[in-house]
Amino acid sequence: MSLIRQHLIDPDICIRCNTCEETCPRQAVTHNDDNYVVDAAICRYCMDCISPCPTGAIDNWRMVSAPYTIEQQFGWDELPEERLIVTGENDGEAAGEAVEDEAAQILELAHRAEGGKAVPPFSAAHPYVNVYTRDNPLVATVTGNVRITGDGASADIHHIILDLGAAAFPVLEGQSIGIRPPGTDERGKAHRLRLYSVSSPRDGERPNHNNLALTVKRVVYERDGRPCEGVASGYLCGLRRGDTLKVTGPFGNTFLMPNHDQANIIMICTGTGAAPFRAMTERRRRRNPGAAGSLMLLFGARTPDELPYFGPLMKLPDSLIDRELVFSRLEGKPKEYVQDRMRARSADIARLLASEHTFVFVCGLKGMEQGVDEAFSAICEENDLDWPALSAAMRRNGRYHIETY
Amino acid sequence: MNFQVNYDDLIPNNVDLSSDQRLMRALEQWHPGYIDWWKAMGPDGFQEAEVYLRTAVSVDSKGWARFGYVKMPEYRWGVLLAPQVEGREIAFGEHKGEPAWQEVPGEYRAMLRRLIVIQGDTEPASVEQQRHLGATAPSLYDMRNLFQVNVEEGRHLWAMVYLLQKYFGRDGREEAAELLMRRSGDEDKPRMLAAFNAPTPDWLSFFMFTFFTDRDGKMQLESLAQSGFDPLSRSCRFMLTEEAHHMFVGESGVSRTIQRTCEAMKEAGIEDPYDVDAIRALGVIDLPTLQRKANLHLSATLDLFGSEISTNAANAFNAGLKGRYQETKIDDDHQLRDSVYEVLKPGENGFETEDVPALTALNARLRDDYVDDCAKGVGRWNKVIARTGIDFEITLPHVAFNRGIGLFSDCHASPAGEPLSHAEWEAAKSAWLPSSGDVEFIHSLMKPERRPGRYAAWIAPPKVGIDGKPGDFEYVKIA
Repeated sequence: MSLIRQHLIDPDICIRCNTCEETCPRQAVTHNDDNYVVDAAICRYCMDCISPCPTGAIDNWRMVSAPYTIEQQFGWDELPEERLIVTGENDGEAAGEAVEDEAAQILELAHRAEGGKAVPPFSAAHPYVNVYTRDNPLVATVTGNVRITGDGASADIHHIILDLGAAAFPVLEGQSIGIRPPGTDERGKAHRLRLYSVSSPRDGERPNHNNLALTVKRVVYERDGRPCEGVASGYLCGLRRGDTLKVTGPFGNTFLMPNHDQANIIMICTGTGAAPFRAMTERRRRRNPGAAGSLMLLFGARTPDELPYFGPLMKLPDSLIDRELVFSRLEGKPKEYVQDRMRARSADIARLLASEHTFVFVCGLKGMEQGVDEAFSAICEENDLDWPALSAAMRRNGRYHIETY
Repeated sequence: MNFQVNYDDLIPNNVDLSSDQRLMRALEQWHPGYIDWWKAMGPDGFQEAEVYLRTAVSVDSKGWARFGYVKMPEYRWGVLLAPQVEGREIAFGEHKGEPAWQEVPGEYRAMLRRLIVIQGDTEPASVEQQRHLGATAPSLYDMRNLFQVNVEEGRHLWAMVYLLQKYFGRDGREEAAELLMRRSGDEDKPRMLAAFNAPTPDWLSFFMFTFFTDRDGKMQLESLAQSGFDPLSRSCRFMLTEEAHHMFVGESGVSRTIQRTCEAMKEAGIEDPYDVDAIRALGVIDLPTLQRKANLHLSATLDLFGSEISTNAANAFNAGLKGRYQETKIDDDHQLRDSVYEVLKPGENGFETEDVPALTALNARLRDDYVDDCAKGVGRWNKVIARTGIDFEITLPHVAFNRGIGLFSDCHASPAGEPLSHAEWEAAKSAWLPSSGDVEFIHSLMKPERRPGRYAAWIAPPKVGIDGKPGDFEYVKIA
């Protein structure tokens, strides 16, 4: 079954100024005495109407299996709630994290430290997976590719923006997309598939532009004494504006953002492991900045220069996020890792852990989960909490998630 | 077709200004005077503030709303016309079907100049009326919206001045200079229309003004956008895109005021909208006061439409200079030789309708279209009230209520449209129009709120930010 990204006008915000109807080159916008509406059969997502709208009412989108008719829209006082659509393809056995074996294996490995069968937070949105597959990939266009680590930094991390055209690619914070570098390896076989966590929230890097962002580090390693570059990361970091590439997914159906107002989210990461947390933080900032629940980020890097999104992170208001940026290679300072800083914030973290609305996400390099687990254990000991019992309960209830590579 | 604005020139434009040296010099001479006027009469106290404004970089849909921080005196006011429509014909009047004029038709020169000057005069006038509002803005968001309205009124002045200087020679240059010399409310050199000489003393008045009075501007622009004089039509078409923002500020400003009032009443357990003292004690504006403000602003604005029966309007229509609201969407001969229009008049037995030659009733028709447009917005305000379950409806007063110009200027009527004697009117009018007590109360609420994301207690936050910005976005960085 196919999904349509339907363009809608919020009747509660619209002032019926007629600007959109005047602007639309295809006459997709029409009105009656009550409402201005978009005819899904005519709209081609040219976006001409978006910026002239004085109210922002025009900038609304819904994933639907059957579009709302203009008659339905004429009758609205406000936009309908977003419906959760269960696609037939995701039913039953096939509803694993990823139908594609290769993606499934990668995710299984990445989530291994969770132990047992993971479940998503109860308030996570329903994820779509495998909308685009190896046999039927989506062709995306690069609209931005910039280095976001400092000039002096050894790590070359890129922020890459992909435009998805008018395709329905419903991706949630925490999900990944698949990219296979073009060409073949030394043995003449197609390259392995790579998964990249999306670093933009569900409504896009720019709200409602149907784009998404990736955070990609150029991998450099030594082989036979010579420096080599990772095939996929080198390919992605080398893409230019206007280049197209094939993507698959979305993948992942447990490492997902809890959406309820009271949800506290503890995000622990290193390097490009920050990608899903940038998405979650941005989602909260856009959608519910005054939420009752809090965000806490513990983010490790060698130096500020090598910490992706250091500048934008520093600008986020304290009311939105409690952030701890931890550096292991600061001149004149002892090495410090995220688990050290966790211990330094022991009382605050313990207070969060005591709430059943607290969700922990760990993302970064394989191995960090152990240090993080030990830190939680120590924190619990200090604060009269039973970590083994708590961590088991949290995993059972979809409140402890690990994705490490 | 020229979409891109030439930002290398001193004056951004999409009219190939540099190819007309005479005109460019004239505009460049006018420009310093304009900046002086802006600094002297524009927003008071915020000339150094960084304001998150939209600037048009081209007139097509992709480029005309670029957002960024700007100091207002450095705003790029320019000359922007909607794209020329190939083969456009005059759509109405005696010249219907002839190619639209690209130059001023000699026989209509004076009439056309007057239409442009009157339109042009309202633009700086409203900036002058609103210049003290920044000091009491209920939020940075609202302050930014005020300044956006102000800079765009400034640009609309530019649009009219361009037409005067380009097409009217020395007369045009003199009129352009005069536009910078008149002052709203000045005894010696007032602005041309009465409603533009009263100050806008508080934010509720500003929202009511942008809802009611700027909507008259919209109707006038809609009519001029039909003009057979193509440069005027194209100017007004682009101005209308900007005018929509002003409508938005007014409608949503009043709507948010209503929302906050109703919420506060609910929180305090007050159901009776006439329990005014208790409601005012909550620091919000009671609904009956909002009704009186609407009565005042609608009636004052109706006067701007001029006499209902007008040979001037008929002449401008016949000449093909000023059409009707949405002229091209009306299904008739567009010449009105034999048709009639039903006009309401004071008669022997109260107000009665009378068939009047449609040509002379054009002002009445535009006013009726305007009232319909207002009624839709008021209906949406009432939905906000209804949603909270409070039993109150804001209604538009009758067109004969509190009028100073036109058919009803010599009679009196209640908001419901009952004819009244002079004595009855004098006895009752204070219940229908804002009292000095109302004005004082509103004034007492006008305390500035300058923390990002915070709103004064009498107004609800907007549902979405400008340009998709989050709730605590710093729309104005005050120097």
